[in-house]
Amino acid sequence: MTDTLRGLLGSRQVWIALVLAAALVTLPWMVSAYILGILTIAYYFGVFAMSWDLLFGFANEVNFGPTFLIGCGAYAAGLLNAHGAPVWACLIAGGAAALLGGVVLAVPALRLSGPYFGLATLVAVLLLQQFIVIFASTTGGEIGLTMNDILSTEPITNYWYALGFMTASGLVLFTLSRSPVGLILQASGQDRIGASALGFNIVKHKLAAFCISAVFSGLAGAMLVFYLGTASVGTVVDVAVGVQVIIAAVLGGRRTILGAAIGSIFLILAGEALRPLGQLSTFVVSGIALLVILFFADGLMGLLLHRRGDT
Amino acid sequence: MLAVQILIDGFAISALYGLGAVGFTLMFGVSGVLNLAHGATMVVAAVTAWVVAGQYAANPWVAAIAGTAAGVITAFATYYLVVRPIQRSRSVPAAEKEIFVLTGTLLWGIMIQEAVAYFYTDNPKTVQPLIAGVMQIGGVRTPINELLIAVICWTVIGLLWLLVNRSKAGKVLLAASINPRALTLLGFELSQVYLQVWAIYGVLAGIAGVLLATFLGASSAQASQLTASAFSIVVLGGLGSVSGSLLAAYVVGYLETLTAYLISPAYRTVPALILLVVVIYVRPHGLLGRR
Repeated sequence: MTDTLRGLLGSRQVWIALVLAAALVTLPWMVSAYILGILTIAYYFGVFAMSWDLLFGFANEVNFGPTFLIGCGAYAAGLLNAHGAPVWACLIAGGAAALLGGVVLAVPALRLSGPYFGLATLVAVLLLQQFIVIFASTTGGEIGLTMNDILSTEPITNYWYALGFMTASGLVLFTLSRSPVGLILQASGQDRIGASALGFNIVKHKLAAFCISAVFSGLAGAMLVFYLGTASVGTVVDVAVGVQVIIAAVLGGRRTILGAAIGSIFLILAGEALRPLGQLSTFVVSGIALLVILFFADGLMGLLLHRRGDT
Repeated sequence: MLAVQILIDGFAISALYGLGAVGFTLMFGVSGVLNLAHGATMVVAAVTAWVVAGQYAANPWVAAIAGTAAGVITAFATYYLVVRPIQRSRSVPAAEKEIFVLTGTLLWGIMIQEAVAYFYTDNPKTVQPLIAGVMQIGGVRTPINELLIAVICWTVIGLLWLLVNRSKAGKVLLAASINPRALTLLGFELSQVYLQVWAIYGVLAGIAGVLLATFLGASSAQASQLTASAFSIVVLGGLGSVSGSLLAAYVVGYLETLTAYLISPAYRTVPALILLVVVIYVRPHGLLGRR
């Protein structure tokens, strides 16, 4: 444990994250409420991307359906809230529902690998989306589900919730990725047979990674809908949202956890800054992301670390 | 009456699915690339045909050929701008090339889709049928174009089969899918083989896109859905297996048509998706795939 702690303090990534977090804390005194609102969404996206990175970067499993887990959490929270449950209970239920969904999906899916695993997760999203639309009388269908409660009406309070949640999740996920469990995951991702020959139970570790990824995705999904005030297919389930999460994680630099959060903030801010371009903004953002993965395969975080000679 | 209708509609839709999926699976089998810009390639072909037919008032056949050409150009652009740079990149470890190609082609597909939507809006584009008119089959009024689509799809698939199994170039492709290293030892240039595959892929995706536009209409908003359906058909049939893809295309095509006619169009894709989940859990290598 002390080794892990020393490792954490010695890592340049942690210092970058601390400086960044300190800068983000001062923002409410410097920028308008509008920008705070955009950043709030970006932070929840950051948690989505970090949980995705735990699964992809470390376990080397491509999850094409992060929104299945996010959607399970968001809709479980939303439906409970519609029946009058308090916010805290809905959040816990959201995390639990995503965990349940994750286990149901992962237990059979982890027997598959590569493109097959990716497709199984993609199909899960498509099915969830179909069911939400088909049972529109309960779920609100395409229009969405209006929440009875929201986290707060104050932009600054919402900002603190999101920033606090992202920092806490980032800390847990990062510590986990640097712990022995993270190393075993990495080993099993790079050489499945080699790692199992060393006596590690690969499936158990990958399942654990999937469950942790699910809990954080679900919680973040539930918090996001309580911030937005509605749960709709377009914001938490659609494949396009999942694609954005993946782009954010790869853009920020895979296998870094913190990079995923930076990638999300960059992606959402870039989308906002390019809003004057209208329809072309998605084109430009995808173009930038494509250039980054073509020329800087390690992403933004890789760029930051390499320049200082620390790999 | 209804049974005949389902048989005919299902046959045409399945043939179209099959043609779209064959190129996708051939590409994976020979070069190991899953092209997630597949739907976008089909949409480019469809929209080009629509522009040529509409703005230049061209003959539908000319428009169809222009659309197919656009499909080939898009395929080459995908290869030269996205896939080849990633395959040759030194900073991407070999174990992660696959996921980088997936992400890269995904982004490229979104770019194409957005560009098409920007210039030509994302309204569905319908191209004039290649042959107009309807005929009666077993008491069902059927557009001749629907039959023509099935005929064209099967002719193209037949030609592809001849090319792969009966020509020298085709045997090289087959060899590349089985053992690329041995092929290079025999003095064949792998990059040439890959270029051929991308050309064939472009023709197949282009024709499929144009036919789709004459049948159901194509819109840039459908691009990811088209990719997803090709991907699932290919996995259902077994990655890299052409006959498996054709079988899967018919299973999915008829399942969707049956659901749409007998239950409700709203549930159209659900049974096929559930079947897909069951098959990948029970038989991960697909119906006819090799391990």
